[in-house]
Amino acid sequence: MTRHQDISLTWGPGRRVAVLCVAWVVAALWLLAGSAVAQGGGELRFCLRSEPKTFDPLRVEDEASESIRYLTGGVLVRMNRKTQALEPGLAQSWKVSKDGKRIVFKVRTGIAFSDGTPFSAEDVAYTVQQLMDPALHSPTGDAFRSGPGNVQTKVISPTQVAITFPAAVAGLDRLFDQVAIESAHSPKKEVAVLGPFTVVDYKPGASVLLKRNPKYWKTDEQGHKLPYLDSIELDIQPNRDVEMLRFKRGEIQLINALDSEYFDKLAATSPQQVHDAGPSLDSEQVWFNEVAKAPIPGYKREWFQSTNFRRAISRAINREDLSRIVFHGHAKPALGAVSPANKFWFNAKLKAQPYSPEAAMKLLQADGFRMDNGVLKDRGGNAVEFSIITNSGNKIREQMAVMIQDDLQKIGVHVNVVTLDFPSLIARMTQTFDYEAILLGLTNVDLDPNGQMNLWLSSSENHQWNPQQKAPETPWEAEIDKLMRAQASATAAAKRKEYFDRVQEIVLEQAPFIYLINKDALSAVSPAVHGASPVILHPQTFWNAERMTVGK
Amino acid sequence: MKTDMRSGTMNVWRGLACVLLLLVVGFSLAANWVAPAGYAKQYREAAGAPPSRAHWLGTDEIGRDRFARVLYGTRISLLLAPAAALLSTLIAALAGGLAGYMGGHWARLAMAVTDLFLSLPWLFLLITVRALMPLNVTPLASVIVTFSMLGLLGWTSAARVLCTRAHALRDADFVRQARASGIRGMRLFWIHVMPNLRPVLYAQFWISIPAFILSEANLGILGLGVAEPMPSWGSLLKELEGLTSIGEEPWKFVPLILLVIVVTSFQVVLSNQEEVAA
Repeated sequence: MTRHQDISLTWGPGRRVAVLCVAWVVAALWLLAGSAVAQGGGELRFCLRSEPKTFDPLRVEDEASESIRYLTGGVLVRMNRKTQALEPGLAQSWKVSKDGKRIVFKVRTGIAFSDGTPFSAEDVAYTVQQLMDPALHSPTGDAFRSGPGNVQTKVISPTQVAITFPAAVAGLDRLFDQVAIESAHSPKKEVAVLGPFTVVDYKPGASVLLKRNPKYWKTDEQGHKLPYLDSIELDIQPNRDVEMLRFKRGEIQLINALDSEYFDKLAATSPQQVHDAGPSLDSEQVWFNEVAKAPIPGYKREWFQSTNFRRAISRAINREDLSRIVFHGHAKPALGAVSPANKFWFNAKLKAQPYSPEAAMKLLQADGFRMDNGVLKDRGGNAVEFSIITNSGNKIREQMAVMIQDDLQKIGVHVNVVTLDFPSLIARMTQTFDYEAILLGLTNVDLDPNGQMNLWLSSSENHQWNPQQKAPETPWEAEIDKLMRAQASATAAAKRKEYFDRVQEIVLEQAPFIYLINKDALSAVSPAVHGASPVILHPQTFWNAERMTVGK
Repeated sequence: MKTDMRSGTMNVWRGLACVLLLLVVGFSLAANWVAPAGYAKQYREAAGAPPSRAHWLGTDEIGRDRFARVLYGTRISLLLAPAAALLSTLIAALAGGLAGYMGGHWARLAMAVTDLFLSLPWLFLLITVRALMPLNVTPLASVIVTFSMLGLLGWTSAARVLCTRAHALRDADFVRQARASGIRGMRLFWIHVMPNLRPVLYAQFWISIPAFILSEANLGILGLGVAEPMPSWGSLLKELEGLTSIGEEPWKFVPLILLVIVVTSFQVVLSNQEEVAA
């Protein structure tokens, strides 16, 4: 009583009001904070650099569509873009058979699509059947085609499904990172999704609006529902200058794959907004035309088919300078076919081939080349001169080509730099074969060597230096064919790596592609975005979008 | 009195424009002495450097001396643009002048061809022609080809003007008189019509020069003009891509300022030619 009275005496009516006010403010702030994390994470805005070609997750082949699939699609397993390790998604667990032909998924229960349709193993079977339908021409499905025959799906129970392929599929479980599960029963199909966001509006040529999927199954460690963000607006903007300007004005909050020049400009004023995640999977390379029927003089074809010639050119190019000058230090000299960014598959035993015009001259002399008044000549007295084509309007490649031109001049090789519009370049590269050397880049999205099958198999269309060979024309190409097929059919990861390591060694020895640099993965993130952690793999800045928030 | 004053002021401007053009041409012709290191040498340790005593306008992104490149680029653009203008004026004189002089079906046919050329998307045509060219051409050859293409495609507007003028001359008293005294055909065209087309031809020639300079600059910005490492105003202007503020690196604007000065000077000088032609 006394105590109560004391309190009454001490806490007068004015103070009571003040305390109530403070309590109300604290409660309001707590609610606001809580909602900011659990429900009101704000709206994230960034640019897509092209129009999405499709919203059907099974037909995705362009980057813009892939970004939307990543944000909206629910997958059985998800590769953590940071650790490059596989993590459970809709599947709680999975098991690949020893022969690599069969995979059994145990899926989660109590999950629903964004339209409320329940999710079960039946949806997985339905999606795989759709994916493997030859009439659909699904690029994602192509990765699963290991041999002739049909893919069998069997729903063992509402939570278990088995998928059997006609032949072994290497890295089978990883491939499911790209497979967004569709509903077998929902009438809306493409609209009903299992990912963190759902498409609610699309203005062609302008923007795509994604809203939080209220049925999304994931929660954070504290039990808050994910995603935190309310919505994501993706503005379609192919112009990089405009994208940069909008970022500076605060109209967008993320930029993926930033150019080194823009990176440095932004770093000069706002160093906290730029991120260099280190070497990416992308490379820039030069290759010579080795096609037998190409309309180029025979003596030139002989140079291009010579391993010593190709290796000499490789040794005479100063990659350190390319990296330092053209990429402002945001690139690393490339060692070979696989970027060091690919943690598992990169062959760390490969020895770097440093810049050395002297070593280049020795290799050339071994093939009968000689220097004559500052001009390199072959055995037949022909001056060594060739053209390097690259795509016009690409400042980085044009600068690289001019620096290579200058480097090769030091060993007496005269290079003509030719810039062509992209369609003309592609026509020369794939149809007429009317070129001598090409400088282009390769964008890698797949960590697994299977993603490079179409590049290394001599019968492939994309075996750029000499495509569609009926039988391998050189012993080393025959060996690469054999190794690539062996790694594709092996199921043990260590064995596959052993085969692919040897492929990398051969590529370094033979230099069919003269790899120049691996660009760094550069990005920009506004300070208003919380929880961003840019990585090298697509989608670089928003791979963890479900845990990001936007505040002031 | 007022007309005299205006004419006097114009003469001062024309004089100034001529001096500026002579200075620019003079400096560009002296490039070998003023910038002996040349336009292609890469100072890789000083790439993207600001102006200094060694590099008056700094270096470009791969370390080439910008001052040397501006001088050599000016030389190329200023020597070859008049050559392209001469080519296009000659074609215009032959196609337009003859069509106007002959009249009738010939004039209609020639003008139909001119209209056809006018309707061509010249940029795409140039891109296509560039793509069809042999790959191993020297930078000098690529310069000549670029400006030749500009000359071969840029005659159409001039041809229309010349056709109208020649058509008017066809019925002039002195031409009738010459015809009456037995001069006919090409002889009449060369002796009596052509000399009277000369003022228009001069004007068309001068007007074409800045137009071709700008066309080459446009092609250069698209990476389709003069081949590397040879500079031209087009390739020099490409450096301005991505520049976000004028105060950032003002020395990069020198080629643009030079282009504006030269084109404006040509226009001032030309105003006299246009008056003559009128």
